[in-house]
Amino acid sequence: MSKPTLELLTLARRIGEPSAVFIGDPGSAAQTLKEYGAEKIYTVDDTDIKDYLVAPKAEVLAQLVEKTSPAAVLIPSGGEGKEIAGRLAVKTGSGLITDASDVQPGDTANGGAPVTTQSVFAGNYTVQAKVTKGTPIITVKPNSTTPEKLADGGGAGATEEFTATISEGAKTARITASEPRKASGRPELTEAAIVVAGGRGTGGNFDAVEGFADAVGGAVGASRAAVDSGWIPHAFQVGQTGKTVSPQLYVANGISGAIQHRAGMQTSKTIVAVNKDEEAPIFELVDFGVVGDLQTVLPAATEQIAKRRG
Amino acid sequence: MNIVACVKYVPDASADRQFEDDYTVDRVGVDGLLSELDEYAVEQALQAKEKLGDDTTITVLSVGPENATDAIRKALQMGADKGVHVVDDAIAGSDAVGTSLVLAEAVKKIGAGDGWDLVICGMASTDGSMGVVPAMLAERLEVPAVTLGSEIDVNGDSVTIRRDGDVATETIEASLPLVLSVTDQSGEARYPSFKGIMAAKKKPVETWSLSDLGVDAEMVGLSAAWTVVESTEARPPRTQGQVVIDEDGSGATALVEFLASKKFI
Repeated sequence: MSKPTLELLTLARRIGEPSAVFIGDPGSAAQTLKEYGAEKIYTVDDTDIKDYLVAPKAEVLAQLVEKTSPAAVLIPSGGEGKEIAGRLAVKTGSGLITDASDVQPGDTANGGAPVTTQSVFAGNYTVQAKVTKGTPIITVKPNSTTPEKLADGGGAGATEEFTATISEGAKTARITASEPRKASGRPELTEAAIVVAGGRGTGGNFDAVEGFADAVGGAVGASRAAVDSGWIPHAFQVGQTGKTVSPQLYVANGISGAIQHRAGMQTSKTIVAVNKDEEAPIFELVDFGVVGDLQTVLPAATEQIAKRRG
Repeated sequence: MNIVACVKYVPDASADRQFEDDYTVDRVGVDGLLSELDEYAVEQALQAKEKLGDDTTITVLSVGPENATDAIRKALQMGADKGVHVVDDAIAGSDAVGTSLVLAEAVKKIGAGDGWDLVICGMASTDGSMGVVPAMLAERLEVPAVTLGSEIDVNGDSVTIRRDGDVATETIEASLPLVLSVTDQSGEARYPSFKGIMAAKKKPVETWSLSDLGVDAEMVGLSAAWTVVESTEARPPRTQGQVVIDEDGSGATALVEFLASKKFI
């Protein structure tokens, strides 16, 4: 079970009793969902769902919302999650809040809606909002909270098979090929507590960045410049048109700090930068910075960290 | 083929973006422009037309305040054929749900004569950054949504994309009519040429209000929104901490000491 899913369960418990929805056969995942608080687990046969983009999943959720009248629907933020949420909002006549970094109960005890926190305008503003019509639909960013495993064995975790009717209209955007992303062996970028990123200043050689990431147990990220130069796949891009991250520690190496990049990492708790250019805008954001060449600073730092461990 | 490229006029992201007293986005006090991510949508419309031939008409559509015409003009300069600007005071403060309603009705009206085949959007706006309007549009128009395409192939009767999904890279295909959204990886957006800038001056732009679309003012705008912002707070700007100059390895030592002091290692 991915960490964002477990975070959703922890957030849901603040509002009410969580029911998890699993498309396909959960297998042993059902046990994990239970341990993290799921009272119910709806399983849905994925025959008419898995080959199509988004629309059938939205239909499943709409039918579940109609049947169970939940206090809210929580969906992980991401390309697919937000599109499911968008369709679901129109289908159910409900308001929608995306990319929440926190969900609090608000006045849900009296039938009110949960209150969300969002970080907007490249992290320059924090917004509190809530849905005022229908069933609140909220997409939640990873790293919104620490998942809580329940001490007493968890929720009831009662599994119930839900039969959804998928319309012909939903079975129209076909997935004709799928190449799963290779596991990097490192933490997932959007979920990691530490992100070590490289930009134009790497000159295309990410060895020092990757070595340092491994030394601190972090995920690897990249600026748009590095991705556009073909040095690293787009999946690693941090920024407005890539991933938005908010880790405990963000280390920017050879990254100037253009607004497009800052939008993706500005809310990180601690920011560190290594850059040859002392005028680089990234230094305006940092808690600590080194003006120097990342290709010498990072390997030296990596070695010192290894010595401390040893 | 009739293509509609949706574009949004947004506050410049490099300027000081703010909120009005009613928590709507200030679209007046800050310079605006065609949202960068929507340039890619216009570019893909132009590439589709280059591939399919002159029988293709590209209408650029924008819902926004008076100055949104700047966004439409830029798209016309890039090479779109005509523009539609939906402007109405009642639309101000609409949420994504309301915006998608207005856009859907505008698309239907654009297609009223010969029909419409393809709506192309950017992957998200650069102000709201929700990324949900393309899916909502498809839902309202009752067509497939083929979204977040990084490689786009528009054919006479279908669209195929490559999409870098959350866990896998996928190939997606659907028949027209449909809603397509494209990412900034889909191909560099062209700069308007001098010829394009001059030609744009003669291209027609229609202006429509809510009543032209048959949309009830009560369905849109701030008071009709299905979400409410309760408060906004400016984050205090980050203050610069310690910056050291690396000399013979001093940088690495200082960095490691900092990380240790914060218990990251």
